[in-house]
Amino acid sequence: MATTLKPVDVVLVGFGWTASIIAQELTEEGLQVLALERGVDRATVPDFATTHIQDELKYAVRNGLFQAPVRETLSFRNTRSQTALPMRQLGSFRPGAGVGGAGVHWNGQTWRFLPDDFVLRSHTEQRYGADFIPEDLTIQDWGITYDDLEPCYDRFEYLCGVSGAAANVAGERRKHGNPFEGDRSRDYPLPPLDRSAGSLMFDKAARELGYHPFAAPAANTSRPYRNPLGVQMGQCTYCGFCEWFGCGNNSKASPQSTILPVLLKKDNFSYRTGCDVTRVLLDNTGNKAKGVMYRDLEGREFEQPSELVILCAFAHHNVHLLLLSGIGRPYDPVTGTGVTGRNYAYQITSSVEVFVDELMNPYMGAGALGQAIDDFNTDNFDHGPEGFIGGGYIALWTTGGRPILQHHLPKEAPKWGEGWKKSMAENYLKSASISTHGSVASHREAYLDLDPTYKDIYGNPMLRLTFDFHENDYKMSDFLTGKAESIGKAMKPRAMNVKKRKPPYSIVPYQTTHNTGGAVMGDDPRTSVVNRYLQTWDVPNVFVVGACNFPQNAGYNPTGTVGALAFWAADAIRKMYLKNPGPLVRI
Amino acid sequence: METIRHRPHPSDSCWDADTNMPSQEQACFAEHLCGMSRRRFVQAALSLPVLMALPACGSDKPGPAKVARTFFSSAEQRFIEAAVARLIPGDRDSPGAIEANVPFFIDLQLAGPYGRADRRYMEGPWASGTEQQGYQLKETPAQLYRKAIADIDDYCRKQFDGKVYAALTQEQQDRLLHDMDDNKIELRDFPAQAFFEVLWQNTQEGFLSDPMYGGNRNFAGWKLIGFPGPRYNYVAEITQYGKPYPLPPVGIMGRDGTRMRVEV
Repeated sequence: MATTLKPVDVVLVGFGWTASIIAQELTEEGLQVLALERGVDRATVPDFATTHIQDELKYAVRNGLFQAPVRETLSFRNTRSQTALPMRQLGSFRPGAGVGGAGVHWNGQTWRFLPDDFVLRSHTEQRYGADFIPEDLTIQDWGITYDDLEPCYDRFEYLCGVSGAAANVAGERRKHGNPFEGDRSRDYPLPPLDRSAGSLMFDKAARELGYHPFAAPAANTSRPYRNPLGVQMGQCTYCGFCEWFGCGNNSKASPQSTILPVLLKKDNFSYRTGCDVTRVLLDNTGNKAKGVMYRDLEGREFEQPSELVILCAFAHHNVHLLLLSGIGRPYDPVTGTGVTGRNYAYQITSSVEVFVDELMNPYMGAGALGQAIDDFNTDNFDHGPEGFIGGGYIALWTTGGRPILQHHLPKEAPKWGEGWKKSMAENYLKSASISTHGSVASHREAYLDLDPTYKDIYGNPMLRLTFDFHENDYKMSDFLTGKAESIGKAMKPRAMNVKKRKPPYSIVPYQTTHNTGGAVMGDDPRTSVVNRYLQTWDVPNVFVVGACNFPQNAGYNPTGTVGALAFWAADAIRKMYLKNPGPLVRI
Repeated sequence: METIRHRPHPSDSCWDADTNMPSQEQACFAEHLCGMSRRRFVQAALSLPVLMALPACGSDKPGPAKVARTFFSSAEQRFIEAAVARLIPGDRDSPGAIEANVPFFIDLQLAGPYGRADRRYMEGPWASGTEQQGYQLKETPAQLYRKAIADIDDYCRKQFDGKVYAALTQEQQDRLLHDMDDNKIELRDFPAQAFFEVLWQNTQEGFLSDPMYGGNRNFAGWKLIGFPGPRYNYVAEITQYGKPYPLPPVGIMGRDGTRMRVEV
């Protein structure tokens, strides 16, 4: 029997980036806000202290900060004809668990999507004709535009102290930065990080080929920085332990380093850890949420009443909760109808490793220290002759040189033995990897639903993922890989490995934690779970925020857009919903 | 969290210890092994209240430390030593897996949360699935080693006149490792390749992880490749393009590449 707790105004499921932003915004309205986090409590001190956090084995190899499949996982298959099996250990993606969420262990690669990304279907149809889009692609417009979201991107960048060079500020074109970027209201808060040896080599090679390389935007502070909330961040020290680690130096933006020092002091905010939310509770009408049900670490069940429920967990978990709670009609791939679980997408990546004669010192780096080109992203080039849609950036990142997982060897090198040892000695300091970061089109056969066999620890059906990249995306990725290869060649390496993304998608090798869709936004309730303000169509006092809102994935890391969407939803709640609770969009 | 249990053994050749009994006299045992003062060992232990501190064992001497096993039987230990010595060969001038104490690292890992697969989803039903669906074996890493080593030694006895893997020539040992990697050897419960992948992964981990986990002794792996260890600050060096970094390796426990700190 569940214990019913004292009601609050707002309950947030999860306590990562989106929950922290929304909590900070809604507590400003005087609301009583509570965040429920499944993982443990984490603070910069003591959890990320530099005396112990730079431990590759514990954090990067043994997954110290991530979701543990023993408590929560999903089942997976490539196609509907297969039987899905549980992901027994993490591989392809590594969702965070604990206060700060994946915002603790990300690299800090903070991009804005391009204006065309938000109107992908209408833009593509307009430029290339409706027939250009394969029939089974379910790509769609977002229901918002880049211009709608621009002020929110700006706020997220200033919250995080993003280091970068702007090329397009209020209509003024500048020499440095990304010439393809959308119009920005102002510059980045900080100048770019210092360049690594690899960045300079990539820059030179890309320029020789006529491309437009720039310093990639980084939520790693190039200078000491005080953000608009008054939180002080330290200058990044290029220690090379960003991704998979917390930052002990307050240099990588995370909820802990940008918001929590202010939020946690507020009397009208509280949070609880070790709380697995298992249902959004609806009233008899099914159109209003009463609150949420959760279990604590001892398995005790609690009912937390709340006026407003906001799902801020990782993409998979948000969709799982919607399916278990009966919010939105589940997607049916046979008929192509229903919305919850529809349009799952991911990121298609590949790499080109280069082996050079110069000393690269790869261990000096930062998670978002990189040089990139955007010449082949979204619709920055003519797709007509190529026969696919989408694109991605190509970059050389100098994220670090952790020895177990970040060494590169030429393909001729023996896998083990004396030859392996020799090759390690010759190549570790003299190699780098160029990566391609491709968009993924949502399609009819890529979706999330409930598994008929496997159960989670509470006996609920596990979430099931059915996914492979569409042929369109393999084609696009091969195109990007070819461009990356040409840049690699221009770096005049002594050896080079071209690592294409080969079908079918595998859940085993790590690729990215950029899982998107399943609760997508849009302006049509037949093809979206939430409206343009991230409010569910069916239950107006439930909002869902995160990468699960992306109708398809763009050729960029998602966090910049996820942060912007959190500000966007918070604004809608503050300015519209609180004044007049109810549907913000009427059809 | 458990404490590592050490098995006492009166001789110096602790690798041959065959008993599975835990020690009641850890401090005395450690002192015996490493010749360090009781006071220094107690200090090390006290400074790490929830973790097991192992004392520095003759950090000036090359070669593997003499320390007890926590997981492997003596037969398994002989297999592991022989196999990792082929995976990353070494000698006094160029340390390999043995000199870096990789067998000890793997032993401790298998005795701990990794060996028990503490984070893994272990509910049925079990099916082999496709390659893309990933690891679907019932065995934890510890069970995988236990079964695989017994199977491989059985296989060797049949093929090589009763000799176990460790007793074969280096060429024969190399061939068997290749055969495991290529799945040419039949094991009872799972593909040989599944074991080889885990063995090779753990061997690299033991060679390249922080020495505080018991491997990478005296920074053997890091010195080989040129990694200077986890360091706080490269602000001055990041733009010194093409210049070697001047300082010697350092670990989380400092400059002494034999100090340990292991959670089991």
